[in-house]
Amino acid sequence: MTDFNEIKETLVNLDEQRLIQLVNDALEKGIPAGDILNKGLIAGMDIVGEKMENEDMFIPEVLMAARAMGKGVEILKPLLGEEETSARGSVIIGTVKGDLHDIGKNLVAMMIESAGLTAHNLGVDIAPEEFVRMIKEKNASILCLSALLTTTMPMMKQTIDAVVESGLRDQVKIMVGGAPVTQAFADEIGADAFASDAGSAAKTAKALVNQF
Amino acid sequence: MFQVIGERINTSRKKIQAAVTNRDTDYIQNDVKNQQEAGADFIDVNAGARIGHEKEDMKWLLDTIGPIATVPLCLDSPDPAILEMAYGMVDKPPMINSISLEKERFDTMMPFLKGKECKIIALCMDDTGMPVSSDDIIARAQKLVAQLESIGMKQDAIYIDPLVQPISTDSTKGTMVLDAVRQIKNQYPKVHITGGLSNISYGLPERKIINRTFVTLMMDAGMDSAIIDPLDSKIMAAIRTADMLLGNDNFCMAYLKGVRSGIIKS
Repeated sequence: MTDFNEIKETLVNLDEQRLIQLVNDALEKGIPAGDILNKGLIAGMDIVGEKMENEDMFIPEVLMAARAMGKGVEILKPLLGEEETSARGSVIIGTVKGDLHDIGKNLVAMMIESAGLTAHNLGVDIAPEEFVRMIKEKNASILCLSALLTTTMPMMKQTIDAVVESGLRDQVKIMVGGAPVTQAFADEIGADAFASDAGSAAKTAKALVNQF
Repeated sequence: MFQVIGERINTSRKKIQAAVTNRDTDYIQNDVKNQQEAGADFIDVNAGARIGHEKEDMKWLLDTIGPIATVPLCLDSPDPAILEMAYGMVDKPPMINSISLEKERFDTMMPFLKGKECKIIALCMDDTGMPVSSDDIIARAQKLVAQLESIGMKQDAIYIDPLVQPISTDSTKGTMVLDAVRQIKNQYPKVHITGGLSNISYGLPERKIINRTFVTLMMDAGMDSAIIDPLDSKIMAAIRTADMLLGNDNFCMAYLKGVRSGIIKS
C-alpha cells in the first residue's frame, strides 16, 4: 500500500523521472500492472483533478501530471490484461456544431482518460447526427458536449434532442460544459450533469459510469 | 493613442443582463457614463445572451445608450439582421464586432459591410478553428485585409483580432501572437490590432497581473486597441503608461493628466 501512496504523491508532485522509477520498481516487486494503474496512477490523477477543482493546481501542472502519467501507462500497457484495457467506460466528447473552440474540451478529454475512462475526442464543430453515430459505434455510456459561445449553446439542446430521437437516450448519460454554460442551462436542456472545470468533469464522468 | 473598446455592456454579464431584463435605464446609462469617464473610446454593445431576445434587447440598449453616448458604439452581434437594425439606430459611424473567415460568418457579413461607414473587427478565425502558429495568424490577417479592401474598406478602418490563446496550455502562445502582431503591423502600418486579452491568463491564478503585463508587451509589438473593462483602473494605468513609453504621448501630457486626475497610480 505504501508504494501506491508514494506513486500518488510523486505524480501530484510532478516528478516524472521518479514516477517512472517507482512504476518499474513496483513491477519488479511483482505488483500487478492493473493495480499500479488503478490504485497508483489513476488514483493519483484523481487527486490532481480534485486539486484543480479547488484551484490548488493549475492547468500547466495538470498537463505535466498527465504527461508523467502517460509515461507510466506506456510502461504498464503491454502488461495489462484484455479486461483491464477494454472494460472501462466509453466516453464520446466533442464541441457542438458551429463552435470551433477546443482548449477546454481537450483538457476535459485528457482528464477523463486520466481517470481511467476511454475518451473518444471527436473534435470541434460536430453535428448532432455525428454524435449519435459515434455513441452507437463506440457503444458509449457518456456523452460530453462543449460550447464556448452563447450562440452555440442552443446546439447543445438540439444535440440532446437528436440523441432522444435516435432512441439512445437511456444508454448514455449526457454532460455539458463550457464558459457560458450553467447548471441551470444544463437542467433546462435535459442534460444529466454540468461540470465547470476539467477536474470536476472527470470526477462526474466517473460517478456517472458507476451508476450503470 | 491606444483605443479602448469598453466591454461591459454585454448581457452575458450577470448585472447587465438583470438590468436589461428589468429595462433599468439608469443602471445601463450609469455604466456607460463610467466607462466613458474612465477613457473608453468605443462602447461595445452585445445583447446576445438572452437567447431569442437579442433583437428587442439590442434595440432597447441602443435607445437607452444613444442619448448619453459621447463616443461611437461597437455593435457586437453575429447576426447581420440585428447589425442592420443597430446600424440604423446610431448617430456616429460605429465599429462592427465582427467578421471572420468562417464561411457562414464571412458570406453574410461581407454584403452587410459593403458601402457602410464603419470600422470592423476582423477575427483571425476560420473553419478549421483557432490559428496554430504565427504564420497562420499572419496568413489569415492578410486574407481579411485583402477581402475587406476589395469592398472598399480602408486599412485604417480594419481592426485585426489575432485571437490571444491561453499560455497555460502551451508556453509558446504568448510569443506566437506577439510575433504575428509585429509582422502584421509591419506589413500594414495603418491596420489596427485589437482583441480581448484575458484569454492569455486562462487556467492560471492571479490573472490580472498576467493580463496587464501582456498588454504592454502586445503594445510594443503593435497592438493599438483592446476590448477590456475600462473600469479596471490598473490595466488602464498600465496602458496609458506603456503608451507614453512607446512614444505615443507628446511631452508625457496624457500620462501627467492621468496622474493628476487620479486615474494613474503606481
